[in-house]
Amino acid sequence: MSDIVIKAEQLGKKYIIGHQRENGRYTALRDVLMQNARSVWNKTRDLVQGKPIVQGDTLEEVWALKDVNFEIRRGEAVGIIGRNGAGKSTLLKVLSRITEPSAGRVSIRGRVASLLEVGTGFHPELTGRENIYLNGAILGMTRLEIKRKFDEIVAFAEVEKFLDTPVKRYSSGMYVRLAFAVAAHLEPEILVVDEVLAVGDSAFQKKCLGKMGDVAHEGRTVLFVSHNMVAIEQLCQKAMVLQQGKVADYGSVEQALGMYLTSVSDLQKVSIADRTDRRGNQFLRFTRVALCDAGGSELEQVLSGQDVYVRFYYAASEQLCDARVHVSLAIVDRGRILINLNSYNSGSAVLDVYERGFFECVWKNFNLTAGSYDCIAFCSVNDEVADWVDSAFTILVENGDFFGQGDSTLHGIVLVPHRWYSHPDLS
Amino acid sequence: MHNTPTKQTEHLLILEPGRADKNYWRDLWRYRELFLILAWRDVSVRYKQTIIGLAWAVIRPFLTMIVFTIIFGRVAGLPSDGNAPYALMVFAAMLPWTLFSSALSEASNSLIGNANLISKVYFPRLIIPTATVVTAFIDFLISFVILVGMMIWYQYAPSWSIVLLPGFMLLALLASLGPGLWITALNVKYRDFRYIIPFVVQFGLYVSPVGFSSNVIPEQWRLVYSLNPMVGVIDGFRWAILGADSPPYWPGFALSLLVVAFFLWLGISQFRKMEKSFADMI
Repeated sequence: MSDIVIKAEQLGKKYIIGHQRENGRYTALRDVLMQNARSVWNKTRDLVQGKPIVQGDTLEEVWALKDVNFEIRRGEAVGIIGRNGAGKSTLLKVLSRITEPSAGRVSIRGRVASLLEVGTGFHPELTGRENIYLNGAILGMTRLEIKRKFDEIVAFAEVEKFLDTPVKRYSSGMYVRLAFAVAAHLEPEILVVDEVLAVGDSAFQKKCLGKMGDVAHEGRTVLFVSHNMVAIEQLCQKAMVLQQGKVADYGSVEQALGMYLTSVSDLQKVSIADRTDRRGNQFLRFTRVALCDAGGSELEQVLSGQDVYVRFYYAASEQLCDARVHVSLAIVDRGRILINLNSYNSGSAVLDVYERGFFECVWKNFNLTAGSYDCIAFCSVNDEVADWVDSAFTILVENGDFFGQGDSTLHGIVLVPHRWYSHPDLS
Repeated sequence: MHNTPTKQTEHLLILEPGRADKNYWRDLWRYRELFLILAWRDVSVRYKQTIIGLAWAVIRPFLTMIVFTIIFGRVAGLPSDGNAPYALMVFAAMLPWTLFSSALSEASNSLIGNANLISKVYFPRLIIPTATVVTAFIDFLISFVILVGMMIWYQYAPSWSIVLLPGFMLLALLASLGPGLWITALNVKYRDFRYIIPFVVQFGLYVSPVGFSSNVIPEQWRLVYSLNPMVGVIDGFRWAILGADSPPYWPGFALSLLVVAFFLWLGISQFRKMEKSFADMI
């Protein structure tokens, strides 16, 4: 008997999305009525024929997964990494039978439990005790199993005192702890986990990671999607990189992480204006990012200690005065946000928006050491995300004279201006 | 690969386009605990944060019964079935009607109400609408107590036909489940159907023989009238509760049964057909 528990062959998942046809600049009421009448007619026809119906006039097939092949052996913990829209979640949904594949096949040996969200099906009106049973049953545990592990779950979640309180009265921390505790006590042969560890405080996150590690060590198979590369390194022996619905790499964690990080830098060869993997309503769209010095001339790379002016050039569909703009530059290190410079926190939340303009972030005394830093560009206008590009650009840094001591040998990653003193202890 | 059924092959699951049907009914059985727990959730959440709680299950049909008795019995002067008091005759129909209409409304909104489950966990989706029907059934059992009270008040003894009542209850549930399944599946994609149900329920209350006896329908129209599946169900209920001397119009009853069976078949087959795409659309 082979030891392969999951085997995917030529696996594919297709979605059909519709586009509204452009009808020129001016729309008359007559055109709108005609178009509506036509679309009602088309939909009715499709409905009668039992075809799936899609909004919009022109249809496009999108393959969220295509020709995916892999094998996973019993007891392996496999991390799945990839950028947003690479098909990670779709793959998990197919494996956990939430959605059917459109092509190919997967054979799975053993009971699968999937944890795509913490607290699925929790009902706010029910008490903690009742929700443990409800959530357990939803995740596929039997009543007996839950009963057996009940005390363990409650102890793990640290909610003993509030067992008979409706969960709507719980703090969000308690809620998440309880929800994760139930999930952590699942005992399937194969566990499929989406990015669910990004919840709770850091102590609890650590506890969750530990629990996940136990699961993996008990010889059960774990599939784990995360943006947190550190968690992947800790938990998994193997990793799979998905890129545009295909397996770009599948092997050891180091190899896959390396591949993933190079693919990110490949991505940045495309200008930010032409990137398609962006989110938001595109009311405002980043067109270029520039790093400038105090004189306004552009920098190829930054020296630690230099004053840096980061400019996000954009094009907006209309001009707005005093809009609630939330613009942010985040530096990401292996999936975690290392630094987040956002207008919200620094008290510069009300800004004007021009049809063509740039947001400028002034970063005095640049305090990172030599390296290349992956950055996210984000902007929301009046509380709606306008544009959001992951891995939008890289900041290349060379060590400079940060401390003003004429010495540019620097250590660590983040530099902090400081001073040491010496005092006698007279107590 | 060996063909011997070892413990390993027992758990082998193959996912392929169009393959989902194979284990469906077995899965449905395997997930019976989830069915029970979802039904229990719906029942226990239903009257949370209400002051009179379960009394709502009683008040609504009771008040409607009073209004119908006055309008149809007193004002319009319609005859009752046999020698049963008019109020009792109305209430004997109010029970299955309320069961049908609340089961239908609950079932048709059930998938949308559980969208988060559908997009995050696998289980046979048929569980959701069928579990909600249980809530309607519990309400039905509670208002049944009122019927017993009324029979004591009117000193009306049931006859042997009362033993058939569970069969008619089942029939009322099946009558609501068929269209309920169909509409809840359509509702996933077209929210239009959400607006149809309140209309059907309101309309149906007057079209079905709830406020009056179906004996007032002219003889030549009885068969056509029985195309409404609730005609058969309500006549059956009245017969079971009020006594064997007013049996239903049997050809009509058979037709109602056929219509119920047809809708049930349609509901299940349409639901199963659309089920695969629920998670992608909801």
